Amino acid sequence: MSDTQTFLDTLKARSQQRGAEPTWIAARRQAGAARFEAMGFPTRRDEEWKYTDVRSIAQGNFALADNAEFSQASAAALTLPLDAYRLTFVNGVYSAALSNLDGLPDSVQVMPLSKALTDNHEAVGGPLGRLTGVDFSTFAALNTAFMEEGAVVRIAPGTVVDKPILLQFLSREGAPVMSHPRILVEVAGRSEATLIEHYAGQADAANFTNVVAELMLDRGAILNHYKLQEAPLGDMHVASIHVEQSRDSRYSSYNLNLGGALVRNDLISDLNGQGAETNFYGLFFGQGRQHVDNHTKVNHNAPLTFSNENYKGILDDRAHGVFNGKVYVKRDSQKIEGFQSNQNLLLSDRAHIDAKPELEIYADDVKCSHGTTTGQLDEEAIYALRTRGIDEATARGLLTLAFAGEVLEQVALDAIAERVELAVAGKLPERFNLAGLVEAAVALND
Amino acid sequence: MASEEMEQLVRRDYKEGFVTDIESDTLPPGLDENTIAFISNKKGEPEWMLEWRLDAYRQWLKMQEPSWAHLDYPPIDYQAISYFSAPKRPEDRPQSLDEVDPKLLETYEKLGIPLHERAALAGVAVDAVFDSVSVATTFKKQLAEAGVIFCSISEAIRDYPDLIKQYLGTVVPVADNYFAALNSAVFTDGSFVFVPEGVTCPMELSTYFRINAANTGQFERTLIICESRAQVSYLEGCTAPMRDENQLHAAVVELVALDDAYIKYSTVQNWYPGDEDGKGGIYNFVTKRGECRGERARISWTQVETGSAITWKYPSCILRGKDSIGEFYSVAVTNGRQQADTGTKMIHIGEGTRSYIVAKGISAGKSDQSYRGLVKIGPRAKGARNFTQCDSLLIGDKCGAHTFPYQEIGNSTATIEHEATTSKIGEDQLFYCQSRGISEEDAVSMIVNGFCKDVFQELPMEFAVEAEALLNVTLEGAVG
Repeated sequence: MSDTQTFLDTLKARSQQRGAEPTWIAARRQAGAARFEAMGFPTRRDEEWKYTDVRSIAQGNFALADNAEFSQASAAALTLPLDAYRLTFVNGVYSAALSNLDGLPDSVQVMPLSKALTDNHEAVGGPLGRLTGVDFSTFAALNTAFMEEGAVVRIAPGTVVDKPILLQFLSREGAPVMSHPRILVEVAGRSEATLIEHYAGQADAANFTNVVAELMLDRGAILNHYKLQEAPLGDMHVASIHVEQSRDSRYSSYNLNLGGALVRNDLISDLNGQGAETNFYGLFFGQGRQHVDNHTKVNHNAPLTFSNENYKGILDDRAHGVFNGKVYVKRDSQKIEGFQSNQNLLLSDRAHIDAKPELEIYADDVKCSHGTTTGQLDEEAIYALRTRGIDEATARGLLTLAFAGEVLEQVALDAIAERVELAVAGKLPERFNLAGLVEAAVALND
Repeated sequence: MASEEMEQLVRRDYKEGFVTDIESDTLPPGLDENTIAFISNKKGEPEWMLEWRLDAYRQWLKMQEPSWAHLDYPPIDYQAISYFSAPKRPEDRPQSLDEVDPKLLETYEKLGIPLHERAALAGVAVDAVFDSVSVATTFKKQLAEAGVIFCSISEAIRDYPDLIKQYLGTVVPVADNYFAALNSAVFTDGSFVFVPEGVTCPMELSTYFRINAANTGQFERTLIICESRAQVSYLEGCTAPMRDENQLHAAVVELVALDDAYIKYSTVQNWYPGDEDGKGGIYNFVTKRGECRGERARISWTQVETGSAITWKYPSCILRGKDSIGEFYSVAVTNGRQQADTGTKMIHIGEGTRSYIVAKGISAGKSDQSYRGLVKIGPRAKGARNFTQCDSLLIGDKCGAHTFPYQEIGNSTATIEHEATTSKIGEDQLFYCQSRGISEEDAVSMIVNGFCKDVFQELPMEFAVEAEALLNVTLEGAVG
């Protein structure tokens, strides 16, 4: 319990600094704090955390950042080269200087959560915490206890947002801090949008980010959700993403994980209306002693709903990867199709993967399957490349890139796909020297 | 599929429900150190065995009943169970079938397993376990000539204490899990098989378990050891009389295979599954584990699970020896309100170890079934290989089928594949058969049998026949 006390003390100090606010916000934060205190941090005895040890977070001493200072130049280097509506947060604090919402149409509202809370905006009063209640998990409760900053996106019915909405979270060097960003997105009927969460930072940062995202898709809405996590290698990153889908909506998640010392993603889609479809694409690349844990769950709560999942992991050095995917089919949810695939590539003898693809099915007229493979590169494919004069190291590198490519080809935004490809190529042992090759390929494309 | 067939399927009655009235020397319900001393004394066990049991009991007291399985049942009152029940005149055991209590023989007759006929025709030695004490063992002589020891575990404790001390509890430690600890404390009987170096057991060994006497928990303990280059095929089959109270069964099976040894362990389990409302029925909490200690050793588990109200069972292989092989073939059928949480664990420790898992689940009625498996590849298991296939077939819209496969892979040279599918019998498959003049019932039967074929063909001949018969009885009406 003493682990939670450090956090509760920080919370207490923080709430004393706050000015007057609508009472419902304080009440929700208190509920979160109470829940967090009651649950405590999970241990490896909890089934959901069997393979992930969070002591490095629980025993850490994280302050809260009080400013959003970040050099323009280094921010520019980290920012994705994309034309987008952009909100930037530094160590969880909103940076107006690094944000840009020019040209945002009236039918789209994008604002920092702090502003929405101060204004007691109608976009937050009802929906905030509706999907990810405090009973969700310790980390969601902790986020709720601290929630004060993040992003609120609201899209009016029948709107196709012309540019992606980019939420950029930068991690700064210095004494370790924590941030608890809260993202709330409502996509109204027949609207379409692309949302990007981008986590990056300065190389020596060692902060803790605990983000909660609540995404609501109304009838026929389409949301493409990219989460590019290339946080500094000292960062701790925990994300809880909860999606609610109405009839005929389509949600696609692209969960790309490259950075962080300890990473945990919980992604849940509730398919509540007929014709709803969800697609989960994931790629995680671990090296050094990185620990990357991906938990996904698709709840087929209505008949005629469809899910498709493809997660790929590449693990090198002493990296530890976890994949836990669950497809749940509710009683009487007939005519379901649910497919799940997880493939892992181990590049080193000390790399480790724990995979657990689950099916939980209570209806009979369903087509559900999952497949998992773990292995190494195909020796015959390497041989085939070598007979064509490519040295072994390059052949291995090319095949590793091709393995990642099966997920990356789903990525519609070139800037993101290229960033990941470069990162994967660059992270491969230096002798591969593929970064140059990729750069050349990118140049050719341009 | 026609709905009336589904109805019939759901309503099938347990055909083998009856109680044989044999006076039992039964201990009153309750469990404490005295109970254990009583059992040990009754079995004429040496002091070290009692100590072993008491150690297990003391550890059990400190343990928590596991709750992680996808099962729902009322709490078990371990003090309400009677832990010992033996047929009368235990000192006065029959030496041949002629001496066997005619009532017991009658029991087998009712089951459709005429012991003498079966033994004679199939050449199978039967160590029949009837309410915890072995009362008939045949073909012992022939086995003795080959050097194979096949006897009850109680006899083995008395006659072969060195082997027991060397092997008992080394695969499943006394405090391995809650139910194994309970079994270690109170086990009353079971089988012991020892096949010496280089010997291929001349016949398939078989034990028929029956649970009789009301309120008696059955705690069997089986230990099979194959020395280098030895081979044995062991069959285990179970039936139980119909009764209202839940019966607890917590067996432990340990297999040890040394260099180049091969143990094939086949089970057909058809205990009373409870009535339509799930009342009664056996609680089956079994720990089965084999260890390939030697190089190129091979352990193969085959199971056909059609009975029991609750099944909690994960036959496992520890693949320690280089190039050793573990196999698991399973067909599980649940109907009514049966619940099964079953699967396997393959622990790859040695280099070049291989494992193969085929699990077929058929859920009908209001039953719930889970496949739960673990494939673990240790850092030294270079070139380890696993293939897992688990398929579920759902019959009716009130049942559930789940898969929870765990994979823990710590070696880059390992190759692991897992596939799972869930589906129902396709209308197009039925139509295809029917359009060729095959009746709907025959078509369903063909499809279900085809679904299970990969597993049935692993069963020894004698058992394959029984398994198919069982499946037909279980899915009666639906498969004709």
